[in-house]
Amino acid sequence: MQTNLAGGHLLRAGAQGPILLGSRCRQCGEYYFPIADNCTRCSASEFESCEIGREGRLWSWTIQSFLPKAPYNSGETEVDFQPYGVGYVEMPCGVKVESRLTVADPQQLRIGMPMELTLVRYGRNAAGEPLHTFAFAPLAAEGDA
Amino acid sequence: MEDIAIIGVGLHPFGRTDGLSGQAQGAYAVREALKDAGVEWHQVGVAYGGSQDGGNADALANHLGLTGIPFVNVANGCATGGSALASVIAALRSGMAEIGVAVGFDKHPRGAFNPKPADWGLEDWYGETGLMLTTQFFALKTQRYLHEHDIPEEALVHVAQRAFRNGALTPHAWRQRELSFAEIAESMPVNLPLRKYMFCNPAEGGAALVLCRASEAHKYSRNPVLVRAAVMRTRHHGSFEVFSPGLAAEQSPAPTVTASHAAFELAGVAPADIDVIQLQDTDSGSEIIHLAENGFCEHGEQGHLLRRGETDIGGRLPVNTDGGCLANGEPVGASGLRQVIEVCTQLRQQAGARQVPGRPRLGYTHVYGAPGVSAVTILEAP
Repeated sequence: MQTNLAGGHLLRAGAQGPILLGSRCRQCGEYYFPIADNCTRCSASEFESCEIGREGRLWSWTIQSFLPKAPYNSGETEVDFQPYGVGYVEMPCGVKVESRLTVADPQQLRIGMPMELTLVRYGRNAAGEPLHTFAFAPLAAEGDA
Repeated sequence: MEDIAIIGVGLHPFGRTDGLSGQAQGAYAVREALKDAGVEWHQVGVAYGGSQDGGNADALANHLGLTGIPFVNVANGCATGGSALASVIAALRSGMAEIGVAVGFDKHPRGAFNPKPADWGLEDWYGETGLMLTTQFFALKTQRYLHEHDIPEEALVHVAQRAFRNGALTPHAWRQRELSFAEIAESMPVNLPLRKYMFCNPAEGGAALVLCRASEAHKYSRNPVLVRAAVMRTRHHGSFEVFSPGLAAEQSPAPTVTASHAAFELAGVAPADIDVIQLQDTDSGSEIIHLAENGFCEHGEQGHLLRRGETDIGGRLPVNTDGGCLANGEPVGASGLRQVIEVCTQLRQQAGARQVPGRPRLGYTHVYGAPGVSAVTILEAP
């Protein structure tokens, strides 16, 4: 996987790309992303690791149109800031995962559209090295490509 | 259970007051409230208060007088004022004091809030990658809500338009200029579907109430306002709250819903009985959601209500008659008590150009905010 990968411990490399990891409550079966150690549903604290997956459907979205303050660390300034998409993606287990999106064009985003997980470069650190994180991209419909 | 009444209200106008600390604005509000009640600070037997960024409330005693009373610091985010009020009411009912003060104040830096992930039990990557913004949360929640309930985006404009129209009628409001539909609809996108004029700004200000047992209220005030309910609630598992890297598979009702139900039950009244309403409007979308969550309409009905002007001052459901957070800004610690003060002003028939017609008898206030808290009051006219 990439170096300088924010949230990297929440991912596993799969054959087709990164896969999100989460937790499942051993008592009530509730799924959690990110990894959890207390169940806010049933108050238990025994968990097993699980995979949340790599494909889901867009549940909500917005466009981040202004440069966030620290702790945002993309290294951008007001002058070179690039707006980015943010959304919740509903995964097969029902959990909605908050994530950056690879597109920031409202015309290309619609609730319910299929999405897949990927990695993106979102900035550079002080040493000039690229910073990466996970993001969801619209899944090309079969026949589109 | 003994009834409690509000006998004095005091506000330090919200907005920006350079050179005056948050605590000084809180102390100003307390003095105004004491003056309104006709009592002296040394008669006050208990006080609860708080701020988010303005320091400790008990430091107000350094401004008001060190009388040795129990002065409790409250830190409940957006529900700080509501929690302080509920606590004063409980203290007065218990008999621990004759007169109590609830106060909230704040002084936030300019621009959006920038919380630290560790303070919220979150890992650094969540803030570093640009996911930890309150404006994003409100936008994501609004986007989903409009989609689920088929509400047109123009409703977001109508909320802001009414807020600034009411602000223009309110002498102490921060924003007093009416804005046209186009000015709002075409303003800069912040987090779509929400734009610049659909968001309130962090601000400064102070708000205070003086309370006593209702049976004693006429000793101090010609027009005491009865507190029929003051309730604070926190979130359940599955509610959609700010700073959530993941949401549960099944959604549960927001803390607003549980606080609202509890308040109506306690007061023994229904949403249809309420004559004047304050709803948390950190952004246009939140107010739309809160109209239904508090029981004032069905989910999805908001677009029509707003288009027909039913939430205007002369309408069936007058909402945010002083312009709400949109026109007054949001000093987090003070905001909930500003709502109570506005409803008291309306119930006392002292609201001037923005007075709701027809002698409103029952009023309602609602705050909601991080990390998933809500406070509701139901108030009755003198």
